[in-house]
Amino acid sequence: MNTKKIANHKKTFARQGKVDRALRELPLHLMLLPSLLLVLIYSYGSMAGVGIAFQNFVPTKGLFDSEWVGMANFKTLFSLPDMWQVISNTLFISISKMIGGVIAPVVFALLLNEFRSSAIRRSLQTMVYLPNFLSWVILAGIFIDLLSPSNGIVNAGLKAFGIEPIFFLGDKKWFPITMIVTDIWKGFGFGSVIYLAALTGIDPSLYESAVIDGANRWKQTLHITLPGITSTIILMTVLSMANVLNGGFDQIYNMYNPSVYATGDILDTMVYRLGIEQVQYSLATAAGLFKSVVSLVFILASYYLAGKFAGYRIF
Amino acid sequence: MNIKASLSRKAFLAINFIVLSILALLCVLPFVNLLAISFSSKEAVTSGKVGFLPIGFTASSYSFIMHSPAFLKSMGVSIARVALGVSVNLLLVILTAYPLSKSTRQFRARTFYSWVYVLTILFSAGLIPSYMVVRYTGLLDSIWALVLPGGLPVFNMLVVMNYFRSLPPELEEAAYIDGAGHISTLVKIFLPVSTPTIATVTLFSFVFHWNSWFDGMIYMRMVDHYPLQTYLRTVVINPEAFFRNTSNLNSDLQILLGLVSARTTNAAQLFLATVPILMVYPFLQKYFTTGLVMGSVKG
Repeated sequence: MNTKKIANHKKTFARQGKVDRALRELPLHLMLLPSLLLVLIYSYGSMAGVGIAFQNFVPTKGLFDSEWVGMANFKTLFSLPDMWQVISNTLFISISKMIGGVIAPVVFALLLNEFRSSAIRRSLQTMVYLPNFLSWVILAGIFIDLLSPSNGIVNAGLKAFGIEPIFFLGDKKWFPITMIVTDIWKGFGFGSVIYLAALTGIDPSLYESAVIDGANRWKQTLHITLPGITSTIILMTVLSMANVLNGGFDQIYNMYNPSVYATGDILDTMVYRLGIEQVQYSLATAAGLFKSVVSLVFILASYYLAGKFAGYRIF
Repeated sequence: MNIKASLSRKAFLAINFIVLSILALLCVLPFVNLLAISFSSKEAVTSGKVGFLPIGFTASSYSFIMHSPAFLKSMGVSIARVALGVSVNLLLVILTAYPLSKSTRQFRARTFYSWVYVLTILFSAGLIPSYMVVRYTGLLDSIWALVLPGGLPVFNMLVVMNYFRSLPPELEEAAYIDGAGHISTLVKIFLPVSTPTIATVTLFSFVFHWNSWFDGMIYMRMVDHYPLQTYLRTVVINPEAFFRNTSNLNSDLQILLGLVSARTTNAAQLFLATVPILMVYPFLQKYFTTGLVMGSVKG
């Protein structure tokens, strides 16, 4: 009798506990509600929209009534005469940017770190960070003017050295190089911030004992400074792998023109032209999906490697 | 030996200083050239004389664009977009980061929700499906098309969430014992101690919204609804477009028109578009480092 009563009480308490707990968690669910709705509609809604890639999509019919065609769009896509050229353009530009985008900030951070005066350091930093915060529309406007073969200041400078004007944005040999260099130019300064932070974290006593052992500055850089930032370099390299198919739409779209498509057209610009300009929704979605799936593999691999070698976690 | 070492050290530092100064100048001089062109006379610019100082100083390019309805309208759209976009971003970032900063013991669904948000940065559906959703939700040609699809910047949210998680648990326990609910814990305890982090993500949002141009180009059908950067694209690509309807200008503007060229007005418009970034620049330098490791990962 008594034990039964106690058991009943326990049950009530347990139920009460559950209700209490749910009540205490309720505001947390409610706080998530607005962002959850937006994410469900705009992110997951568009993820469902990749179905377009497997359809002969007609906007007026919508996703549910358009005809399903299986992999036909992908077959068409990969039989396009330009497809492989576009992929190789994308890889050349993105991989060059990845390599330059790691090396340039590291070198800049190491050289800047040699100055003890914080006034010098800060004024140099203030100047090199600037391009990072401006949009490619503005930068394209500036570069189109600067690099113009007829009245740009760069070609005026080259002319002073007796060099023929170079059509940086109109010559298909120069265009990808111009994209790579201007992208590194935009990002190297601000990219060095993370290495500078890592450099300040190196234990100064290491340098003191190296000096006692007779190591010169070069030896110190080689045996203390570089090993001190290696994990940061590895982390940034691995994370940049996620961009393997990102040639840089904002930059290229604002500076390219049909005369450089042969070397400058990348996956994203092709998707844009197919989808928005030529209204071939299904083909453009297929190209975009191809890019997203390959990117996903690289992103997952890069997070895995970053976690393994640098202990990096996103949440 | 010692003297020799310090001598070569000095030589190295001198060369290093020169090299880095040249690099730094390369980052700034394009903007100086832009500014010089915008303040130079049409003739000096055409003859290619303008380097880093204005020649034949005049502000007529600026007076001229101040009378350009297209420029002013797009500036208005951009200001509205930044105000709306940054507020929505900030509100949603805070509201989302707080519940996700709880432990799974306090909030059992935390892991599930976290994955729901993080998955969105791992996989992007691509241009056409995103465009279709905006179209089907009726946002085409509305300023909300520039605000709602990216209403929750997931990386900013992760930055704030990680900061909340780093706060000492005693803070929250004390608030709980005092009978504070979740909302008052967030507003009265968490937010006041998180101002640097909140400032960081506010600046992230500001720069993002000010610089965005692509969404304006695909979601806005009427040119009047273009934000500034989208509008600038049209004049950058086709400089003469700015002068298309000049016949119906009043006489004052006709006089100004004689003093400016596509290059000088372009330069002036581009420079005005960088001014807001220059205004927040000191804060950017101070706060951006915080979220850099997070922000460097792109989906």
